[in-house]
Amino acid sequence: MSFSTFSFQLSTFIKKEFYHVFRDSKTLLMLFGMPIVLIVLFGFAVTNEIKNAKIVVCDYAKDPASQEIINKLSVNKTFHLHNTLFNHAQIEEAFKKENIKLAIVFPANFYKDLLHLNGAQVQIIADGSDPNTANTLTKYATSVIMEYQHTLTKNSNMPYTIAPEVRMLYNPELKGVINFVPGIMALVLMLVCVLMTSVSIVREKETGTMEILLVSPFNPFLVIISKAIPYLALSLINLAVILMLSVTLLEIPINGSIWLLIAESTLLIICALSLGLLISNITRSQQSAMLISMIGMLVPTLLFTGFMFPLENMPVALQVFSHIIPSKWYYIIVKSIMIKGLGFGAVWKETLILFGITCFFLIVSLKKFNIRLS
Amino acid sequence: MKKQVDKSLVIKAEKLTKRFGDFIAVNEVTFEVCAGEIFGFLGANGAGKTTAMKMLCGLSTPTSGNAAIAGFDIYKQPEQIKKSIGYMSQKFSLYEDLTVIENIQFFGGIYGLSDKQLKGKSDELIETLGLKNETKKLVSSLPLGWKQKLAFSVAVLHEPKIVFLDEPTGGVDPVTRRQFWDLIYQASDRGITIFVTTHYMDEAEYCNRISIMVDGVIKALDTPINLKKAYSTNSMDEVFYKLARGAERSG
Repeated sequence: MSFSTFSFQLSTFIKKEFYHVFRDSKTLLMLFGMPIVLIVLFGFAVTNEIKNAKIVVCDYAKDPASQEIINKLSVNKTFHLHNTLFNHAQIEEAFKKENIKLAIVFPANFYKDLLHLNGAQVQIIADGSDPNTANTLTKYATSVIMEYQHTLTKNSNMPYTIAPEVRMLYNPELKGVINFVPGIMALVLMLVCVLMTSVSIVREKETGTMEILLVSPFNPFLVIISKAIPYLALSLINLAVILMLSVTLLEIPINGSIWLLIAESTLLIICALSLGLLISNITRSQQSAMLISMIGMLVPTLLFTGFMFPLENMPVALQVFSHIIPSKWYYIIVKSIMIKGLGFGAVWKETLILFGITCFFLIVSLKKFNIRLS
Repeated sequence: MKKQVDKSLVIKAEKLTKRFGDFIAVNEVTFEVCAGEIFGFLGANGAGKTTAMKMLCGLSTPTSGNAAIAGFDIYKQPEQIKKSIGYMSQKFSLYEDLTVIENIQFFGGIYGLSDKQLKGKSDELIETLGLKNETKKLVSSLPLGWKQKLAFSVAVLHEPKIVFLDEPTGGVDPVTRRQFWDLIYQASDRGITIFVTTHYMDEAEYCNRISIMVDGVIKALDTPINLKKAYSTNSMDEVFYKLARGAERSG
């Protein structure tokens, strides 16, 4: 077969797949509606509630510096200065009874330490049981303090530094909180690729067109490739939409290399496509393909990726199980690249594992793909 | 049967067998089909027709036995066979969410027709079927009879040596069936060998030769006239009934 015939065959097939996608409103909604809805929903969950958060201060210093900072905090729209306390013991009470979000403690001699020792500490205590809010509020409070430090150093030559000491009550590690964007990326890519490929192949079996394809001289493996290419392309568009939304709407920056991020995402997409292919091989109806995709993929992805439920708190057996969930590794990789801004050197191990899982699924599914129907 | 030279045989099956566990769907079936013939493959539901046909098309691997399609071995040369055959399955199998012209272009494309060949072919096909005003309609909106005719025309679009039709006229009214057989005759006149399974005895009469399968075995194989003579009756219905009556399996 000449190359031109081959490429014509392939492009004919790919064109047909796009017709299927763009003529089915359910598929379109799933493809492009879901990521947008998820991002916006999660986005509101994070950005909400950060106006007039009730705070208390416990000022042992009562000096110009502490007063200045308290003033700055109370004029800030984010905070509402609820009360001034006199000792540490009252803080816990305030958290429990008065729905306080944040407590700020200035130690005695705060200003003196700042002037004479060039460094002073301030303690920020947050309610970690509501991690989203806690995290955002401590960041705001810290920035207010840093701003004060900045004006102070600008007016003199001394390198004054205030060290805010952040303490989270109830959930000290604050795991899996602002990192939901990588989680959603993993979820959406898995969902789109696994579900869409498995359903689209099984649909051909159901309608009987698969028989016609297998009787035709069109190479069965090209059937798979031509199915995979449109979904790969659509997933990459999806990825771009998610990233754009998270940067513009949620103001979550991409700190690392975007190309590395795209490359790693492509790896996950290929992994998910092969998983979808595997599911399509073992099912005969669209419903069962959908069901297996949901139970076999969506649930583990939600549970074991780590962005909804911290893996550290799970029983050991489940933690071990989570190692075979591809999205878990992808999540770690994306977090490192996007949030921490790390390069390939920091994620090569996880990439290797993801690559291994991908190869495994790919080989098994290609071996299982029935060239003959029985 | 020896009057034909071996060269003009397009299907040659020798003791072709398919087992599913203990169940023998097709049991040592041996027959030959000559070039240009319209060969009817009859049998009750569950007699093994579709299984036998799937083995010949390469959709199913035989448990034992041999077969050659268009001179190519079904085990060793499946790729050459695929290029020489057309296939229309029991289920209606065009894409419902594609338009008439898109379906034609898709199947022509995967059968390796070039853009230019495809253009000519599809114009010709639309003309023959009288679908000029329907080319941009989704196939799902066409009546069943038209869908079947379109499916057949698509199956012979690449001018195969043989076309396999698995109960092509199921659920279609008699007038449309007649029109469908006109298409079959046209294809046959162009030299395409037709291998067709059917339930309808009037359709059996349209075939050059027919075989009747009962319980996975070919019980009779001859021209309709000879069969009627052999079973001393003047209707194919009667022939079929006499043969199939003893069947243990039924669908």
